[in-house]
Amino acid sequence: MSGTLEISNVSKTYDAGGENPVKALDKVSLTVNQGEFVSIIGPSGCGKSTLFNVIGGLIPDYTGEVTIDGHRIDGTHRDVGVVFQEESTFPWRTTLNNVAFPLEVQGMAREAREAKAREFIKLVGLEGFENHFPAQLSGGMKQRTAVARTLAYEPRIMLMDEPFGALDEQTRLLLGDKLLEIWSTLKQTMLLITHNITEAVQLSDRVVVMSYRPGRIKRVIDIELPRPRSSEVITTAEFGHYVGDIWNELREEASRGMADAEEKLAAR
Amino acid sequence: MNRKVKKILTSPTLAGLAALALFAGVLEIAVATDVIPQLIVARPSDTFMAFPELQKEMHLFGAFWETLGMCAAATGLALLIGIPFGYLMYRDDLIGRAYEGWLAAAFAAPTVLLYPLFLVMFGRSHMTLILMGFIPGAIPIAIQCRQGLLGVSPTLLNVGRSFNVTEREMFWKIQLPAAVPTIFTGIRIGVMYTLVNIVAIEYLIDFGGLGRIVSEMYFRFDSPGTYASILAVVAVSVLFYWCFGRVERWLRPV
Ligand SMILES: Nc1ncnc2c1ncn2[C@@H]1O[C@H](COP(=O)(O)OP(=O)(O)OP(=O)(O)O)[C@@H](O)[C@H]1O
Ligand SMILES: [Mg+2]
Repeated sequence: MSGTLEISNVSKTYDAGGENPVKALDKVSLTVNQGEFVSIIGPSGCGKSTLFNVIGGLIPDYTGEVTIDGHRIDGTHRDVGVVFQEESTFPWRTTLNNVAFPLEVQGMAREAREAKAREFIKLVGLEGFENHFPAQLSGGMKQRTAVARTLAYEPRIMLMDEPFGALDEQTRLLLGDKLLEIWSTLKQTMLLITHNITEAVQLSDRVVVMSYRPGRIKRVIDIELPRPRSSEVITTAEFGHYVGDIWNELREEASRGMADAEEKLAAR
Repeated sequence: MNRKVKKILTSPTLAGLAALALFAGVLEIAVATDVIPQLIVARPSDTFMAFPELQKEMHLFGAFWETLGMCAAATGLALLIGIPFGYLMYRDDLIGRAYEGWLAAAFAAPTVLLYPLFLVMFGRSHMTLILMGFIPGAIPIAIQCRQGLLGVSPTLLNVGRSFNVTEREMFWKIQLPAAVPTIFTGIRIGVMYTLVNIVAIEYLIDFGGLGRIVSEMYFRFDSPGTYASILAVVAVSVLFYWCFGRVERWLRPV
């Protein structure tokens, strides 16, 4: 199994009906090796989700190139699975049927797909909620359902857009452990968008810091903490060093983002 | 108190029936004491007692099923044509924007008045009833179908695309279920107008089921009979609502 992702010179501009177009991505280049865990961090609105939409083949009009194992991708791709930032579970399906969805469309027989879905439900810690509908689950549980659903698709490259955004810090840390466990067994290439520096350092081989408008890669930081890691790693001095380093990079971008937002609000 | 008993006593169905009984009781007294003249409103007890006679003389039960059948056929046709047309209006934005306004305007017009036209084409027949019921039924279904499909969250569509679903699966497994609540709003409105139109035409052309009986009783100045047959119309409507509620719950459990 391979899954090397290469993004070269990707730019994307949204022209919102002609007036003041937004340059969401500007010449972004990044190579993610097979089996690597890379986090992307950056201020709100810097183009992180846009980058995922490009990689996932969900935005047609961008410039630059995305390749998987050297093959240029055009549109959606079997090897890429996406966990979306927004609420994405199907409200009319139970947890079990949500997770089994990608298997169902692949034509897998009912019994087989349900058995497989149950495995992934267990993996994300939702055992016992198989027959619940999303409306009966908490925000974090819905996100975990979405994660399990994409895992069940077994993509070689997994894109996760803030999958743990709706969780408290403690649960987030524990689920981070769980995610590392899943990753070490399934060995996918992982890309994770997060706003949480701790989470980024805890999980990643590399952390990509993006700048605010136009969205560019500002710095890539290698995290050389030993593996296998568990959430206990956050108490070490090295960990704190990485967190401080990333925050220094982010602070400037974040304040620019905030100033921009305030300006917009004032202009209204 | 026993929980089961309590649950039954607090059920909405029972509460509704209790209110109905209370209303009938008040009406009974009002009519009996001549607060409301008996010529205008029949006593609920007389109305109730009129049922056996209506059944014997006019075959009320058969008429009930006939009207129900006409409504079912008209609604079936409305679904069969309304949903694909709604889908077409969704897929082709030009068609959608071009026709939605016209359809909404046509819906606001009293289509009942078209009955002479259909009478000329199909005579006093079931076809006339079904088509007259179909027209106001299909319009809201088509409009709401388009609106429902337009309102499907783009994220859900992206989920489908990222799993490489076919266009067909996208429609049956994502778009349609997501649009079900909106489409059913259209169906509920449509069913109501279908029933109104069918009963009105039955009344006007003295043909078919319950509308014909209402007309017959009315022209005989048989007030209890008139009210009893109107109640039978209400029963058709209640039954329809209940059925579609069940179907909706089955399609979208939450
Ligand atoms: N469909 C769209 N049409 C127009 N502009 C868009 C669209 N999607 C995103 N944008 C703009 O592109 C920029 C980047 O958006 P994006 O969603 O990629 O940000 P993000 O980094 O994911 O932010 P967040 O952390 O808040 O999720 C934003 O300024 C946004 O306003
Ligand atoms: Mg985003």
